[in-house]
Parts: sequence; structure tokens; C-alpha cells
Amino acid sequence: MTGWRHDRFGTRIDRAAPLSFSFDGAPLTGFAGDTLASALLASGTRVLGRSFKYHRPRGLWGMGGEEPNAIFDVTHEGRTTPNVRATTHLLRDGMALRSVNTAPDALHDRGRLIDRLHRFLPGGFYYKTFMGLGWMRWEPMIRRMAGLGRLDPDHCPPADTPQLSARCEMLVIGAGPAGLAAARAAAKAGREVWLVDEAGALGGSLRWRGGIIGGGDWREFANETAAAVTAAGGRILTDTTLWGAFDHGLFAAWQRRTGAPDRHWRIRARETVLAAGAIERPLWFDRNDLPGIMSAEAALHHLVLFGAVAGRRIVLATANDASYPVAAALAGAGADVTLADARDACPAPPEGVAHLPSARLTGARGRTHVTGAQVNGRTIAADTVLVSGGYTPSVHLHSRAGGKLDWDAEADALVPRPGTSPLRVAGAANGGFGLARALAEGHRAGGGTGPAPGADGADWRLAAMRPDPALPGRQWLDPQNDVTLRDVRIAAQEGYRSVEHLKRYTTLGMATDQGRSANFAGLAAMAALTGRTITETGTTTYRPPFAPVPLSVIAGPRRGELFDPPRRLTLEPQHRAQGASFREYGGWLRPSAFGAGDEAALAQAEAGAARESVGLFDASPLGKIEVIGPGAADLLDYCSYVRLSTLKPGRARYGFILNETGIVHDDGVVFRLDADRFVVSASSSHAASVRMILEEARQDIIGPGRCFIHDVTAASVTLTVTGPRARDLLRAAGLPDAILDDATLPHMGVTETDWNGHPLRAARVSFTGDRSYELTVPARHGSALCDALDSARQQVDGRWIGMEAVMILRAEKGFILIGKDTDGLTMPHDLGWGGPRERRTDEYLGRRSLFTPEANAATRRQLVGPATDAADPLPTGAHLVPIEGPRRSLGFVTSSCFSPTLNRPVALALLEAGREKIGQEIGTFHMGETGRARVCESCALDPMGERLNA
Amino acid sequence: MQIFTCPFCGPREETEFHFAAEAGKRRPEPAETTSDADWADYLYMNAAPRRPAREVWVHLTCGEFFTMTRDTVTREVSDAAPLPGRER
Repeated sequence: MTGWRHDRFGTRIDRAAPLSFSFDGAPLTGFAGDTLASALLASGTRVLGRSFKYHRPRGLWGMGGEEPNAIFDVTHEGRTTPNVRATTHLLRDGMALRSVNTAPDALHDRGRLIDRLHRFLPGGFYYKTFMGLGWMRWEPMIRRMAGLGRLDPDHCPPADTPQLSARCEMLVIGAGPAGLAAARAAAKAGREVWLVDEAGALGGSLRWRGGIIGGGDWREFANETAAAVTAAGGRILTDTTLWGAFDHGLFAAWQRRTGAPDRHWRIRARETVLAAGAIERPLWFDRNDLPGIMSAEAALHHLVLFGAVAGRRIVLATANDASYPVAAALAGAGADVTLADARDACPAPPEGVAHLPSARLTGARGRTHVTGAQVNGRTIAADTVLVSGGYTPSVHLHSRAGGKLDWDAEADALVPRPGTSPLRVAGAANGGFGLARALAEGHRAGGGTGPAPGADGADWRLAAMRPDPALPGRQWLDPQNDVTLRDVRIAAQEGYRSVEHLKRYTTLGMATDQGRSANFAGLAAMAALTGRTITETGTTTYRPPFAPVPLSVIAGPRRGELFDPPRRLTLEPQHRAQGASFREYGGWLRPSAFGAGDEAALAQAEAGAARESVGLFDASPLGKIEVIGPGAADLLDYCSYVRLSTLKPGRARYGFILNETGIVHDDGVVFRLDADRFVVSASSSHAASVRMILEEARQDIIGPGRCFIHDVTAASVTLTVTGPRARDLLRAAGLPDAILDDATLPHMGVTETDWNGHPLRAARVSFTGDRSYELTVPARHGSALCDALDSARQQVDGRWIGMEAVMILRAEKGFILIGKDTDGLTMPHDLGWGGPRERRTDEYLGRRSLFTPEANAATRRQLVGPATDAADPLPTGAHLVPIEGPRRSLGFVTSSCFSPTLNRPVALALLEAGREKIGQEIGTFHMGETGRARVCESCALDPMGERLNA
Repeated sequence: MQIFTCPFCGPREETEFHFAAEAGKRRPEPAETTSDADWADYLYMNAAPRRPAREVWVHLTCGEFFTMTRDTVTREVSDAAPLPGRER
């Protein structure tokens, strides 16, 4: 028990509101305002988890998103959220925290024995060892050992994160001194500024370091800035992580809210100031990973904001001026502080602090937590060792936006190269350590003129600290992923000298903290081991997100039904009233079958009824693309495989649309309503892409002044009546005689007429092989048409049929579905439509591709209808294989079902040189099972088409 | 997320657009006198330049095809104009 709660410090906590919580089952208390980290620190709990590989004990290191160790599974109000970072999560009453990667708990973890074997488990151990022994066999075991938190399978956070878009003139990222100065300067110039900070309040490091700005307390400065921003129409977002920078000034931000759903912002900024600050580096010495070894900056943060004191006997090892106020504050809080500065020339020590200049920290003592520090060969007893190895500027967003980095020896860091990204960088993110410089840089970046807000104090001076390969013992670079200096040395020896290779070989910086405090040391160590400079060694690529963001935040409401919402039919309520069940077909929610019971059985009954009497189905999703104008026929001739300019008004023709590679893109019927007016009836799932193909040719080839295209699919309702008694049904429904008379409306005819004062288009096209009428009315009259047809249906013993039955009816006839019975290689002559290819002499889309050696090959896969004597249909997807000789796939079954009319299975398939094989036997192969089939014509029912006019 | 400017609708997010073709490609016609190699070249070969690229894009929501010049490195869009011969 080492950390403790001070009774005076703590600006963020409310001592009147104690909260109880538990850690690994042990009951503890904290205060409202505490983070999980500060509450645990104040409680004296040291071992908070175990490292990823060696199961070494891990304690609190930091204060924000850089925290590598304090990660918990948090259960609150019955919901468990895995891998919560303790430093950024507020404590709530009744929370149960569970350490990760431990069993049974963090202190008594059984996996700790693995650490004894560390000598035999260097970087790359698992891959090197188990690849040779058959990785697949060992992978499950290794996977069980890996990973951090446990996912609760019942954890389904609500899809309630609003996705908000915003624009601003200036976005300021980070509300520390530099960010405040930038926002204040811009707001005072009347500009709309958005000021965003990850923390729950403005001020950044001022919140724990304090400061006098412009002669007053920093809080006055912050309040004045906030007032100026609001007055200028800007906005302040705290508790908001700006996690990604994207093209053209777009930023993504995750705003956490209490008592309301989080928000996800897409902010488009004209100008951006990056004032994200810097993150403290650790120091490297033997056993520098022990619990109780903490960032000095974080110790000050926890003391001032939460009154959580890191320990009672503290050694603070540093090489920079920034640690001196930390030592002073801790001594002032009553701790026994020894300040060990690696520099020979140090500032004067604060009062009450033991000061050791030229002090080199070479090791820590202790097993489960630190008990002493070895300084200059002498062991100093201590319960806490605070370290500061300098600061790493947070340049991620600058780099993400395309910015380059330069080495700044004075800051001992890689800093943004000015002008290489659209972001203006200010303050510690720019390597400017010190309050006055941060304010000055922020003021300039915000477009401020005149003098910047003033502050006392010079920049912090610092000496460069590096991992020392000559130092004995185990020096941790990445405490979460257990990467030590030795691993970097092995990587260098084995030739993984590029930082990108180093990262992948050792997993340095690949943990959930993304190496915030680790990457610099790895890079510096690799530079030293290979005799290169840090600039020559380079950095790994920065990628979003800057901090872990819940997927539920990014997804927002796009989940479940809203993930990819299907289009809905106008008549969906009517179909539901008829007992339809719905499924998605080509992006539309359509009835699959009507009535209760087994869907497959219903489909058989419906298909049978449609062949016996009459079936009625909703065909509204069929594309209806109107092509109108004097150039309409030319456009369709060019875009269609089958000539359409020869089509007579009032007639329909079936054909294909190819793409330029000659592949069948869609099939469908085109109606010519008038000399200059066509309707392209594209298939339901291809209407949008067919429209774009037509548009491209219209604008690029035919000329936009000669015709126009209008996709009116959604504007109408189409109901199809199919079956031998289709005409009886129409007659009973009272439809006009012009439709009923085969002389005025023959098969493949279309007519526009009037019904009850509304326009009605009737077409005799058939997707079932039976006499069929497609009746199309404006959507608002769909319900009237539906009612009329439904009453008539009952008089003629008709039946509503779902898409499953339609699929049976069209398969019996060998009618194809593009994308199901064709694939990305299918050309029209593979489907038995070689005519236009041979006869047409004018140019059309995809024409040249139909004459390549590939298109002329004798081995092309062609559409056939394999038949089987078995009672069950062939499995869809089954391969067709030679009966003799080595087995290879000659093609596959694309559609297959049982035909109630033929009382046998029917199928369609693409088969290599299939037309030649008609009448022959062929083998089938599916999931290891072989069988036989007979190659037949694709049309199994009524090949002469007599039913069309029956 | 880039912002492209449709000559007819104005600036919109890139998700509303599709690349159509590199500008200036001529379709070899007629098929009878076009060699396999020339046709394959037309179908599959693109210059894919680094830095300025002149391309045809389509604004999916309005269906307009237009030419756009953009820098493939800096993502700067310098020009967006209707197809040649397209009256506004």
C-alpha cells in the first residue's frame, strides 16, 4: 500500500460524494470526479494487470491515452466493456473493474511463471518456434494465451451515437496554453473557432502545472478564451477525442457525454491549429517496468486534480527542468522526495527535496512492485520511482495530413516541418516546451496580431536520454507488449533494421497504446545499434485512429436493419395482410412466400397453382428507365446487344446490355411506346447501374441534346398476372378490352390505356413461360389495382405467389438471372444468343470484346440444364466434372430446384463447351460427394412456348 | 474524404462520385479494323500519372459526367468542367 489520498489537493474530486467500486473483487472507494486510475492510485493498489507476453506485474504509468498498463474490463449496470483505459474513464458508483490478461487476479496471476522463461522467449519466438512445428496445430493454444480483455458476448451497446457533420473556419485541437492562445486570437478576430480537447475541462497542462498568464491566474485566461470563442459563434467540445485527419480538411471526433449518447463528429475545417501537446517519455534501466514506476508528469496530474499521491518515499529521476515543479509539489504534499538529475549542471532544487546532480538511475529493486532505486551504484529505498526522459510531441495528426518531421536537437524530438501539412502546429506538439513559448506560438497560429499573452519562465532545458545497450539487466521499451532493449538488438542483428520491420518483428508500439511512450525509445535504440541518426532511422507510419474509438461510435445507427436498408414496396402492407413473409432480393424487401408454414413447401404449392390456374406477384422493383427523344433509338442501339431501332412501337424485345469487355451486365425487356419513347425494363438489382451505362453513352457518344433518360422505377407499381387463367382474372377485375384481346395486345406487345381515369400500362412479357400480363400504374393507384386484382383472383382460384415460387417458374423455363446464372466471364453467345454478334455490323457497347481469342474459344462455359434422375435437386454450386480421367471443374450448377409441374428436379448450369455435350452424361462433385447428371437444354418446360398464348 | 465539385450541383463529398475514365481516351472503332492489342490497350491500360491527372468522373446522384483535373499526391482539385460540347 503506497499511493494515498491527500486531504487538501484535488480540484476535480468531490469529497462529499464517495463512490464504491471493486478491483479484482476487492472493495474500494473513490470520489465523484475520480478517474479509475486516480481512484486506484489513491487506494494504494499497485499491481493493476499483467503484461501481454511475460505476465510481468504492471502498474499505473500515465495520465491519458498513452497509458499502456492500466486497462480493465469494466462492468457497470450489467454491461461489461472490455479494455477500458483507466486514465481516461471516469469512476461511477458500483463499478466492478477486472484486470486483463490475469488469472485469478492481477497480484496472483498464474501466468507469472512464464516470466521465468523470458530468456528463451525473445522477439519472434512464437513464429520461429511454431511455424516449423505446424502453426495451425499450435495457433489455438497461442491465441488463448494472447489478447487482453474478455469480450462479453451479451455486450451489445445501443446504436445510439448520432453522426453529426459540421463546418468551422478554424479548428483548434488541444485546449492547453497553445490551443487556448490560438482560439482566443482567432475568436477575437471574429472567426468561428471550434476548440476541441480530450479532457473534461479546458487548460491542458495548466490544470496541474498552473500558471500566470497576462498577469492573472490561468483560469481567467481560459474563461476569457471560452467566452470569446462562444461570442464569435464558435464552439467548445471537451471530452472529445479528435481521432483522425482526412483529406480536404476533414476531421473525425468522438465526443463522450454523461447521461446522453456519445456523439461522432465529422468536422470540416477551413484552417486547423494542432496544439496536441507532448507525452512524457520514460527512462530505461533494469526492471524499469515494475509497478510503482510512473511518469513524473502523471504524478503531478494525479496529485493536483485528484489528490492522489503516488507514494510516500519517492525517487524522481529526470534530466529536464520540467520535473522540478513535480518534486516541489510532492514534497509540499508531504512526501519524502529525492530528485536525481542526470545532468551535471542542474537548476537549484526546490525546498525540502533531496537533490542528487549527475545521478544515473541504473536499476530498480523489487518483485511485484518497486522497493528501491539504484542511483550511481547506491540503492535508495523508495516505494515510488518517478521518471522523466523528456517529451515526445504528439505529431500524429500532422503526419496523417501528409506532414513531414525534422529532428530538433534542442527539444530532443522529431517535430513537424513547417509547411508540409495544412495544419499549423503550436506549443509542445511543435517541440516548444515552456508556457511563454506555447502562448506565443498559439497566438501566431491563431492569426493573432500584436503581442501574445505573456507568461513568466523560460523554456524547459533538457538533456537527451537514451536506452543504454551497455547497461546490464532487462530494460523495457514497450511495457504492454513486453518489448525490451534486447528484442531490438535481436531485430537489428537479424536484419530487421527498418522501423517498420522492427515494429512487425518485435511488436513494438503495436499495443493498444500504439507506443505513445515506447516508440521513441525503440527508434532511438535502433538508431544507436545501427550507427544511424534518428532522422535516418525514420518513424513508422501514423495511422488513425489516434486513440481507440469504439466501433459503435463510428458505426452510429448503421446497424441491424439500418446497416444496409433494403428498398420497400409500395404495397408491402397489402402483402403483409395477405400473410406474406419477406426477404431481401437484389436490395428490395419482397414477399418470399404467402401463408404460414414451410417456405419451400409454400413455394412448391404457389408455383404449381400458377401453372394450373393463375398466380399474382408484385414486380414493382423491375427497373423502368424511360429513354425519350429523337436520339433514343440510336442510344439504345449502341447500348444494347440486340438492335432496338427496328422495334415497332407497341412492341417489346428481350435483350442484353453488355459492358465494354463484352460481359453480360444485365438482361431485360425494352418496350417501345412511341417512335421516340422507350422503357428499359432492367432487372431489379441492376436498374441503377444500367441507368449509368445509358447516361454515359448519352453524354459521351449520342449527345445529351438528342435524348434524355429518366429512371421512374420508384414512381410506379407493377403487378404481374401469370398463368393459363391470367386473362380470366383480368376480365373479372374489369380491365379494358384492349388488354384482353390478343389481336391488340399479343405476346411481346405493350399498350398504354386508361383504367378508372388513371394511366395503365399493360405488357405481355413473361418471366414464367405462361401467358403473363405486367400491369403498371402510378404508385398512388397501386393499392386500387391491387384490390381489384385480388378480388378477381378469388373468383378464378388464383393465388398470390412469392419470389421463391417465381424462381421455380423461371428455372423451369431456363430463364436466367444475371449474376446468378451468369458470372463475370459470361458473354451473350454463351447463353445461346449468338445472333447479333454474327449479324450486326454497327458499333455497340462491348462489340469488339466479343471477337477476341478468349471470346472465340471453344472451351467457353455455356448455359445448359443438367437433369438428374435422383429425387432431390442437384445442389446449387455443385461442380460439373468429367466422368473419366482426372477430376477438374468443367463448370457448376447455378440454379436448382424441384419442379412441381414436371415432378422432377430442374437445374441450370454453366458448363465448358456445354452445347456440344447436350445429351451426354456428366459427373457432379459437391462437398466431397460425386454423382451423375445428364446435360440437357436449359429450357425444361414447354420448349415450343405454347403456353404463352394458351 | 475529398470534396469534388460537380459542374451542375456544386461541391459534394467524394462518396457521391465515381471515377469513369481517364480523359482523352478514344474508343477504337470500328471493331473490324481494331486489333486485339489496341482494344486491350483501350480497355485496360491507364497512364495513372503521379501529380496532375485529367479524368472523367460521374456525379452519381445527378448522373452528370464531367472532366476533373486533380493532383494525385496533394489531392488538390484544380478544375472541374462539363464534358466538351456540353451546353450548360
